[in-house]
Amino acid sequence: MIPTLGRFIILASVLVATTGAFIAYAAGAKRSPEGLRWSQRFAYLFAALMVAATAVMEYALITHDFSVQYVAHVGSIEVPMWVTIVSLWSSLEGSILFWGFILGIYIAVTTWINRNDHQEYMPFAIGTWLAVGAFFSFLIAGPANPFLTVASPPLDGPGPNPLLQNHLLMIIHPPMLYLGYVGMTIPFGFAVAALLRGRLGQSFLRPLRASLLLPWVFLTIAIMLGGWWAYEVLGWGGYWAWDPVENASLLPWLTATAALHSAIVLERRGVLKGWTVTLIQASFLLTILGTFMTRSGVFNSVHSFTQSAIGPTILIFLAAVLLFSVALLAFRIDSLEADGQLDSAVSREGMFLVNNLFFVVLTFTVLIGTCFPLIVEAVKGKQMSVGRPYFDTMVVPIGTALLFLLGVGPALPWGKASKKEAQRALLPPLITGAIVLIIGYALGVRNGWTLLTLMFGGYAAHVTLAQMWLPFRQRLKKGDSFGSALVDTQLRRGRRRFGGYIVHAGAVIVFVSIAVSSTMRSQQEVTLNRGQSTTFAGYTVTFMGTEERTEPHRQSTIARFNITKGGKAVTTMEPRMNQYAAMREPIGTPAVYSTLAGDYYVSIMNLQGDQAGVLIINMPMVGWIWFSVLMMGAGGLIALIPARRRTYVVVPESDVHIDTEVVA
Amino acid sequence: MDTKLTASAASRRKTRLFMIGAFLVAAVAFVVISAGGINKNLVYYWTPTDLHAAGDKAYGATIRLGGMVAANSVKGRTGASGLEFDVKDATGIVHVKSTGVPPQMFRENIGVVVEGTMTRSGYFQCNRLMVSHSNEYRAPKSGHPMNKDELQKLMRTTEGLKD
Repeated sequence: MIPTLGRFIILASVLVATTGAFIAYAAGAKRSPEGLRWSQRFAYLFAALMVAATAVMEYALITHDFSVQYVAHVGSIEVPMWVTIVSLWSSLEGSILFWGFILGIYIAVTTWINRNDHQEYMPFAIGTWLAVGAFFSFLIAGPANPFLTVASPPLDGPGPNPLLQNHLLMIIHPPMLYLGYVGMTIPFGFAVAALLRGRLGQSFLRPLRASLLLPWVFLTIAIMLGGWWAYEVLGWGGYWAWDPVENASLLPWLTATAALHSAIVLERRGVLKGWTVTLIQASFLLTILGTFMTRSGVFNSVHSFTQSAIGPTILIFLAAVLLFSVALLAFRIDSLEADGQLDSAVSREGMFLVNNLFFVVLTFTVLIGTCFPLIVEAVKGKQMSVGRPYFDTMVVPIGTALLFLLGVGPALPWGKASKKEAQRALLPPLITGAIVLIIGYALGVRNGWTLLTLMFGGYAAHVTLAQMWLPFRQRLKKGDSFGSALVDTQLRRGRRRFGGYIVHAGAVIVFVSIAVSSTMRSQQEVTLNRGQSTTFAGYTVTFMGTEERTEPHRQSTIARFNITKGGKAVTTMEPRMNQYAAMREPIGTPAVYSTLAGDYYVSIMNLQGDQAGVLIINMPMVGWIWFSVLMMGAGGLIALIPARRRTYVVVPESDVHIDTEVVA
Repeated sequence: MDTKLTASAASRRKTRLFMIGAFLVAAVAFVVISAGGINKNLVYYWTPTDLHAAGDKAYGATIRLGGMVAANSVKGRTGASGLEFDVKDATGIVHVKSTGVPPQMFRENIGVVVEGTMTRSGYFQCNRLMVSHSNEYRAPKSGHPMNKDELQKLMRTTEGLKD
C-alpha cells in the first residue's frame, strides 16, 4: 500500500516536472503571460508532490513499515525516535528523496516570491528548475527508488549507519549541506534565464544575488559542521583532511563566493555580466559533481556512507548540464552587454577582479587534486591518492593572498584612487597588522605562514571594522543622533554592507584560527595503565579506569581521565568506545575540553582491560573556527533580509555607499 | 565617426587578444605548478607484491600498503605503541614497524592498510595504521591471503587515523 502510493506520487512528479519544464520554456519563447501562469502552477504542483512523497516516506519510517525497501534498509525498532526521523537522509535513496523535497520547496518559494516580478526571465528560470526537478524525480523513480516493495518484510531492520547515530551534529549537517547544494539550482535557473533572454538588468540582480546568497549561507555552515563533526566523532583530532567528500562541498562554495563578489562589481559598474553568470553555472555544475563524488562510491572517503549505481546516471546528467551551459555561454554571452567599464586596477573593483582570479585558481587547485586519482585509475587502472602536502602547499599561499585582498580591497575606494588616497587608506592598518604580528610572536608563533596570516589578519580586521562603522561615523559627523545613525546605517539602509563586513570579520577569524590551530598543535600517543599519569602540554592526564554502559542501540565502554594542571583539578574527560549491534568494529568518540585558548582532546584508540592506548592533542584556537563560521553565516543572513523597495538612488563615485541595496 | 568606431573596435580586439594570451600563459603556468605538486605528493596504493615489483621506485615514495596481518607475526604488546608485524598478500610479504598506538580492532589475520615509506633496511616504516572499517556487517575473514580485487576493495573502504 505505502510503496505503491509512494511510487505513484514519484511517477506523477516526473510527469509534472517534465510537462512543466516544456510549458515554461514555450511560455518564455512566446512571452506568454498565460503560459507563465501555467508554469507557476506546475512549479507549485511539483513541490506539493515532493512534499507528499517525503511525508509518505517519513510515515513509513515512523510506523516501521518494513515492506518499504528503504525502511527495511535503514529502519530499526531498536533506535530512538530522532534517529528514525533523520533516517530519511541516512542512506542514498532517502537522501535523494530529501533532495527532491528541498528542491521542490526552493522552487515553489522562489516562484511565489517572484510571481509578479521579472516576467521576462521567470518562464526560463522555472523551466530550468523543473528540468532539474524532472531529473531528480527520475532518479527517485528509477535508479534510487526508496519505495520498492520488499516481498517478505523482515520483523526488524539494521538501523542507519552507526557513525550517523554517534553524534547530534549529524542531524543538522546533511540538511544544511543539501540546503546549500540544492539551493544552487535556483541561481543557475536565473543565470540560464538571463542568457536565454540576452539581458541582465539591474533589477534582475536582486533575485539573482539573494538566491545565490541563501544557499551560500547554508553551504558555509554545512562545511563547518562537517569539519566539526569529523573532529568530534572520528577521533583523529582534525577537522579537515582534503578528503574528496570535503572537497566536494568546498568547490561550489569557492565559485559561489567568487560569484557573490563579481555580482557586486556588476551592480556597481555594469561589467562582468558574462563572468558572473559563468561562475553561477560553475557553482551548480560543481554541486552536481559533488553529488557524483559523494554518491557514486568512486572515492574512498570517511564520509561516503552511501554508494550505489546511480553514479553513471548522475555523470550523464553532469555531462548534459555542462554541455548545455557551455553551449549557452558560447552562443549567448555576447548578448549580455556591459553597461559600463572599469577605470583603474588600483581600486576596489580591481581588487574584486584579483579576488575572483584567486578564487578560481583555488577552485582549480582543489578540483585537480581531487579528480587526479580518479582520472589515473580510469586511464591506467592504478590506485593512488593525492597526499595532503599537495593541498597544503598549494592552498596556503593562495589563501594567504585572499586574506591580504580581504584587507586591501575594502580599503580602496571605488573608481580611481589617487596616490594620496591610496596611501591614506592603506598605511594606517599596517600598525594593527604589526601589533597582531608581535603579539603572535610573543606567544610563541614561529611558522612563517602563520605569522604572515596574523599580520594580514590584523590588517584586514582593522580595515573591516573601520569600513563597517564608516557610514555611521559620517552620519554622526553630520549631526544625526547616535541612535538614528546607528539603526539607519547598520540595520536599515546599510544592512547589506553591514552584513558583508560581518562575513569578512568572521572570515578573518577563520583564517587566523585555521593557521594557528594547524601549525601550533601538538600531539602525543601514549599507553596508560589504570592509575598511571602522563603530562602533556601543561596538563596531567590520569587514567582512572573504565565503565560499561548499555543503551538500546549500543554498548559503550567509557574511559575516565582526570585532568589536572599544577596539582589543581581541571576536569574529568570521558572518551568512549561504542559498539553498535549492526557493526563489528567499535567506534571511538573522543572527549574534548574546550577553553577560549584552545582544545585539549583525548581520544581512545585501544582498550585492553586496564590498559588504554590514548591519543592526546593540544590544539589552540580551534573552537574559534566553529564560532566564526557561524558569524559568517549570520552576516550573510543580515545581508539577505530584503530591503524595502525604493526608487533608484545612485551615489556613483563616492567612497561610501549606504544605498547599495536600493536598485529595485 | 565611422573610422573612430572601427579603430576602437580594433583596439578592443587587441586588448581582448592580449587578455586571452595572458590568461593562457597563466593557465599553463598554473597547470605546470599544480601537476608538479601532485607528482611530488602522490600516495600509491600498493599490495606487498606491488611493492616488491616496484624495486627501487619503492624507496622514498609515500605508500599505502594493503594486506593481511600475517599469523604469529605481531611483536610487541598488543595495544601498546612500538609494534612490529608482517603484512602479506597471496604472493608477497613485507615487515612493518609502527610507532603509534594501533586501533582497537588490530589483530592477526585482519585486513590492514599501513601508510608510510619503505626503508633501505628492508622494513616498512608505518606512520598510519588503519583497519578495514566497512559499514556492512560481515563475519571476520578467516586467515586466507586476499587477492588483488579484495585488497583494492579493502583500500577503498578503509578509514581510520589521519595525520
